[in-house]
Amino acid sequence: MKWMWPIWQDPFNVFMGAWKGIGGFLYSQIFGFINAKSWNILWPALGETLYMILLTTLISYLIGMALGVLLVVTRRNGIRPLPTFNAILGAIINFLRSIPFVILLATLLDTTFCITGKMTGTVPILFPLIISAFPYVARMVEGSLLEVDGGVIEAAKAMGSTTWQIIWKVMLPEAKPSLINGAAISMTTILGYTTMASVVSGGGLGAQGVIYGLNQRKYDIMYAAAIMLVVLVQIITVLGTALSRKHDHRIR
Amino acid sequence: MSLQPLIEIRNLKKVYQVPGGEVVALDGISLRIEKGEIYGIIGMSGAGKSTLIRCMNKLDIPNDGQILIDGQDILAMNGKQLMAARRKMSMIFQQFNLLMQKTVARNVRYPLEIAGVPKNKANARVKELLKLVELESKADAYPIQLSGGQRQRVAIARALASNPEVLLCDEATSALDPMTTQSILTLLQDINKRLGITVVLITHEMAVIRQICSRVAILDGGSIAEEGTVDDVFVHTRSAAGKRLFGILPSEEDDTVLDVDALRIVFDGGKETQPIIAELVKACGVEVNILSADVKRLNGKSYGQMMIEMPKDPQICQQVIAYLTVQGLTVKEVHV
Ligand SMILES: Nc1ncnc2c1ncn2[C@@H]1O[C@H](COP(=O)(O)OP(=O)(O)OP(=O)(O)O)[C@@H](O)[C@H]1O
Ligand SMILES: [Mg+2]
Repeated sequence: MKWMWPIWQDPFNVFMGAWKGIGGFLYSQIFGFINAKSWNILWPALGETLYMILLTTLISYLIGMALGVLLVVTRRNGIRPLPTFNAILGAIINFLRSIPFVILLATLLDTTFCITGKMTGTVPILFPLIISAFPYVARMVEGSLLEVDGGVIEAAKAMGSTTWQIIWKVMLPEAKPSLINGAAISMTTILGYTTMASVVSGGGLGAQGVIYGLNQRKYDIMYAAAIMLVVLVQIITVLGTALSRKHDHRIR
Repeated sequence: MSLQPLIEIRNLKKVYQVPGGEVVALDGISLRIEKGEIYGIIGMSGAGKSTLIRCMNKLDIPNDGQILIDGQDILAMNGKQLMAARRKMSMIFQQFNLLMQKTVARNVRYPLEIAGVPKNKANARVKELLKLVELESKADAYPIQLSGGQRQRVAIARALASNPEVLLCDEATSALDPMTTQSILTLLQDINKRLGITVVLITHEMAVIRQICSRVAILDGGSIAEEGTVDDVFVHTRSAAGKRLFGILPSEEDDTVLDVDALRIVFDGGKETQPIIAELVKACGVEVNILSADVKRLNGKSYGQMMIEMPKDPQICQQVIAYLTVQGLTVKEVHV
């Protein structure tokens, strides 16, 4: 089956193959002035970091969006009140949110090992990343949905909308700009987690900063990794704000 | 009058639990609203108007009582049945409550979308509705780009999309200036006449009631203080709440008590205002001291009331009352 679904079988290696290909091209065209050894460390590390951020964000949003909607809908004065369920869900999310990421990372490494069969690398570390990111995302989504004007939801109810129609056609579209903003903030938080995780796993910009910077006293690589992380946060924030504004029709 | 009213409310009670006690918002309300009429519900802030209208489509669930819509008990309905009932009873709000991230056309199409109307049919209907509210040119605008009056027109078009039998209006004109209020009221009247839609209109402004309602209920502290045709309730105001609303009694917060005996002259669409007073001065040879006047001219008729100071001499007073009564006006002695 492997030849039929290469991406499904090993998405990380497929991604990294393509990433390195792009890197080679960019190096030959633009970044030739950079020391080749440094480039060969930093470029793949950036790819690994991006891979971790994007995949963690994607999966955390699949879970967190659903939970965020549930949190809002089942509130005491929500459109489908289920106070007991809401309290339990809230407690679980708060519990997960209150565990410091480093501890979660250490605790989950064993579990991760059992599941994936290996301790290091980019892929196994996704598990603790997602576990700590999705509760954060759920609260983020909850916050965005709570901003939606109650009057509009009431109007939708009065028009004979089903609960599902209110969620899908009213709450989510009305909250879109705020959701986009929230996603950008979540992504930068995930980037922070990713950097920490990468120190443990050995892949990504955080790992390179530690391995080369601290262990081998190659401070140029350490600073370069740090600068790339800062720039990455800036790009995510600026893009998030721009996209949010573009989708907000409350701005004249 | 038909045997079965379109909306029948029986002994409705609603109590809100609040920290440290409870608020009785509705204290045994009974009402009958006939098909095709414009029924006004007026009352001071906190009287329970919004609570009452929200119960009518089960947005709020009363603690006791019955609401029959076309003979059907709406409070017993749930799920699909309730959705269907709500689509036959549209609602418009003081704050318009439009979808801010959707265009005018998409807002109006929303009720059709949720009812599963095919897209091309829905689009044609949206066009028709926007034409009705004179907003065809704004189809692709977003609500933020519209004025308050235009937003309420969109809300009305949206409310009409599902071909409702009833239009519930909760302070639909309270956020609008007087001119815009007029145009929205005219639109509601037009909708009532042309489409035969029953309108339930909530307001705290007497002028709104006087202009378009056929019958009115005065709500005070969760109960009905009085109810009847607008002419009757306005001319023969019996309840204290009614008198306060019409400015015959000073409102509770207002302490400008004049402490004089006055005559209240009611204009209910019959006579002209100006000549009457001039004639009165001529005919009875008295000086007329006007205390207050709130008279509007509509379609060449005068509506409203005027308060004049009562002449000190009882004989002249009788003369004045007699003269005005002969002129076909209602005159009442009041103390303000
Ligand atoms: N959700 C609620 N929880 C608690 N009390 C409420 C709630 N809604 C309304 N009330 C109370 O019920 C009473 C009636 O409120 P309602 O909103 O029906 O008044 P209203 O006549 O519409 O007033 P207004 O003209 O200000 O809109 C008020 O005393 C109000 O404080
Ligand atoms: Mg109200």
